[in-house]
Amino acid sequence: MIKFTNKGIYCMQGDFYIDPWQPVNLAVTTHGHADHVKWGNKAYLCHDLTKPILNQRLGADLKIETLPYNKEISINGVKVSLFPAGHVIGSSQIRLEYKGEVCVVSGDYKVEYDGISTAFEPVKCHSFVSESTFGLPIYKWQPQEIIFSQIKDWISDNHDKNKTSVLVAYSLGKAQRLIKGLDGYGSIYVHNSIANLNDGFIKAGVDLPETIRITADTKKDDLQKGIVIVPPALAEGRWIKNLINGATGVCSGWMQVRASRRWRSADAGFALSDHADWPGLLSAIKATEAEMVYVTHGFTATFSKYLNEIGIASEEVKTQYGSEDEDDKVEEQENVKEELP
Amino acid sequence: MRRFTELIQQLEMSNKTNDKIAALVSYFDEADDLDKPFVIAMFTGKKPKRPVNTSLIRQWATELSGIPEWLFAESYHSVGDLSETIALVLPPAENLVNRKLHEWINDLALLAKKDEHEKKEFILKAWDSLETQERFVFNKLISGNFRIGVSNKMLVNALAKQSDTESNKIMHSIMGHWNPTEITYQDLVGGAHVNTDSSWPYPFCLAYALEMEPESLGQPSEWQAEWKWDGIRGQIVKRNGELFIWSRGEELVTAQFPELHFLADELEDGTVLDGEILSVKEGNVQAFSILQQRLNRKTINKAQLNDAPIGFYTYDILEYQGKDLRENSMSYRRGLLEEIIPKISTKNVIVLSPVVKFESWEQLAEIRQGARDLNSEGIMLKKLESLYHAGRKRGDWWKWKINPYTVDTVMIYAQKGSGRRANFFTDYTFAVRDGDKLITIAKAYSGLTDKEIKEVNSFVVKNAVEKFGPVRTVKPELVFEIAFEGIAESKRHKAGLALRFPRIARWRKDKKATEINTLEDLRQLLASTLANS
Repeated sequence: MIKFTNKGIYCMQGDFYIDPWQPVNLAVTTHGHADHVKWGNKAYLCHDLTKPILNQRLGADLKIETLPYNKEISINGVKVSLFPAGHVIGSSQIRLEYKGEVCVVSGDYKVEYDGISTAFEPVKCHSFVSESTFGLPIYKWQPQEIIFSQIKDWISDNHDKNKTSVLVAYSLGKAQRLIKGLDGYGSIYVHNSIANLNDGFIKAGVDLPETIRITADTKKDDLQKGIVIVPPALAEGRWIKNLINGATGVCSGWMQVRASRRWRSADAGFALSDHADWPGLLSAIKATEAEMVYVTHGFTATFSKYLNEIGIASEEVKTQYGSEDEDDKVEEQENVKEELP
Repeated sequence: MRRFTELIQQLEMSNKTNDKIAALVSYFDEADDLDKPFVIAMFTGKKPKRPVNTSLIRQWATELSGIPEWLFAESYHSVGDLSETIALVLPPAENLVNRKLHEWINDLALLAKKDEHEKKEFILKAWDSLETQERFVFNKLISGNFRIGVSNKMLVNALAKQSDTESNKIMHSIMGHWNPTEITYQDLVGGAHVNTDSSWPYPFCLAYALEMEPESLGQPSEWQAEWKWDGIRGQIVKRNGELFIWSRGEELVTAQFPELHFLADELEDGTVLDGEILSVKEGNVQAFSILQQRLNRKTINKAQLNDAPIGFYTYDILEYQGKDLRENSMSYRRGLLEEIIPKISTKNVIVLSPVVKFESWEQLAEIRQGARDLNSEGIMLKKLESLYHAGRKRGDWWKWKINPYTVDTVMIYAQKGSGRRANFFTDYTFAVRDGDKLITIAKAYSGLTDKEIKEVNSFVVKNAVEKFGPVRTVKPELVFEIAFEGIAESKRHKAGLALRFPRIARWRKDKKATEINTLEDLRQLLASTLANS
């Protein structure tokens, strides 16, 4: 039912693409991260809460149709419905059904409920398209309560040293998760790129705690007392260093490994991820009962080899996903420079 | 164990010396007294015998985590550290306990004598009682290989601060003979096992690089010229029958250079000499790359003693008959040195560093060109009437180095920098041609302007071919001239040789990747430096 082409994942019977990286007529979109949705498609179909993200990131005058979770529509005879992927707000697994055969394209996902994105829901299917960003057995997350209590301890420790905690988190997803998790723990100041997304979410009815946008008028003293969240592009720029006496804490699954923690030259690293860990990937895949698993990005070769060894037929496929933490940083940096106070 | 694990994390997280020292000080303030000598032993490279071999540890970890051997290998490949890989792949611990560090270390020492079954039982139980980070530290305790960027000097500064003791004394104490199971922390930092009153060195007088024309220094007759040696700056201290050799980093390195130990008998008490530790064979100074084989080793074998025999080229005397001479003029001190050194009966190990005679600056400039033939880096200029200053002071001592070697290379990898440049690709790896292949020859991250960095950055973003974690493989197009100070054979590098102090001299926009140097060019250069010795 699906084919992996050089434009993206193509549904032949339905004549549409899922998360294409080249312009097509209809892009069914799992979520709003830059490696999964590109500018230039004639029409988009996504979850209700992904729409404000696309408008924010790609422009206001897009042709976007939306769906809530668990509601089925038909496109050229293919039944299409969305199920929560638990990755970021609005992120969806795309379920396709044609003549009794079911395929689920999951985009990015995590199985642990993060407090703000609708919790992941396993969907039974014949074939399943999975990521494997953290598809090695070294990646096993601690429950998020534990990580949040570590973050809170770190914040109060910084407070004792008169240092402002600057948390580095991707603007879409991790930032909102932190805002929710740190609600009531102090005033949270956010960078423009995060504030813009938050405004969109609040308008769309998401229950998001209040945050303060950092602008040219923000008083240095106020900022010094607060908690600051910035996207990776700004984590170590002069901007934040000139602004406050801060300690930076990077929130990312990669922080599980010492070499990555040191490489980032942050003051602290928290292995808080929006992707499934090793046990999460395996449990999610087993729950689909899929006969075939396509692995699109991450440790694809290793992960699909392991799946085959444990009796789940799997293949790795080449896609352009998986760079949200990396390559966007440079682009994003170029864009945000003008807005700095 | 938790407090020590916390210390390790703090030390790893920061690359600022002050932060690391602060972390060490607060550790030594808070830690259990019995743990402390073990930590000092570990950080100064005193290794206990490995109680269990690595392949067994690895095998048990693989079994316990229920993953196939190849997947463990892939994980190890991704993490890059065996102790850490094991800590991460094991199932979560279920019976956490917080035992003291010295208890673990003592248990591990006892384990060496037990049979494999008992060893396995102990290790598995330990893994099940420690959190991931503690497990990592525990695995490191087994292997004894703690490489966490704490130099002896840094540790000494922290201990000095924590115990309010002079750092020279601490350096002497911890470099001495002691056993962590037998000494208390107080005795160790107090130097109860050594006599720290004899060892103290003077602060070294340091020279600035001469960046202007030497004519601006005035009359040649006011200056003494010497060869600038490329070795380890050292101070030899002989007091109360004991000999101490200090390096420029104020580390006590006496044990590393047995060739100089005869001075304990032949040098008068109350003498302090300043000079350069070099490898000298048949009267010739050898390249730094040869001396390097002798540095930072716990044990020295016969071959090393034979290939890289040590000599000391002395050029100053700071104390004689117990009297501090630093307020005397350079010419006075030199005169005294020329009297004393010939009296030493073992010849050719301690050598007077020759004075280079010259009439005019032009003549000296010409002589300087011959420095490489002597494995010297250039000329030192010292004012005849100068005192021996503490540290760096502009005006009296100058180093006038010859130009560095250069090689044209092409950039093949790029990695993001840190600090201010964290979001730009600033760390590059360069290659030279080897037949129709490219071979990595150096890594460098300095020497470009901010504007050039931005330009290279956008090239990397557009021309990345592959990525491995933070590293990008880029199209081999940009040519850079790399300057370096020396070249040495190296088994660790694929090219079979390593450059010393490589840095970007300039970006050769005028050159194409087809015009870069070859590995053969560098091999010939290496051969020529070795031929000098």
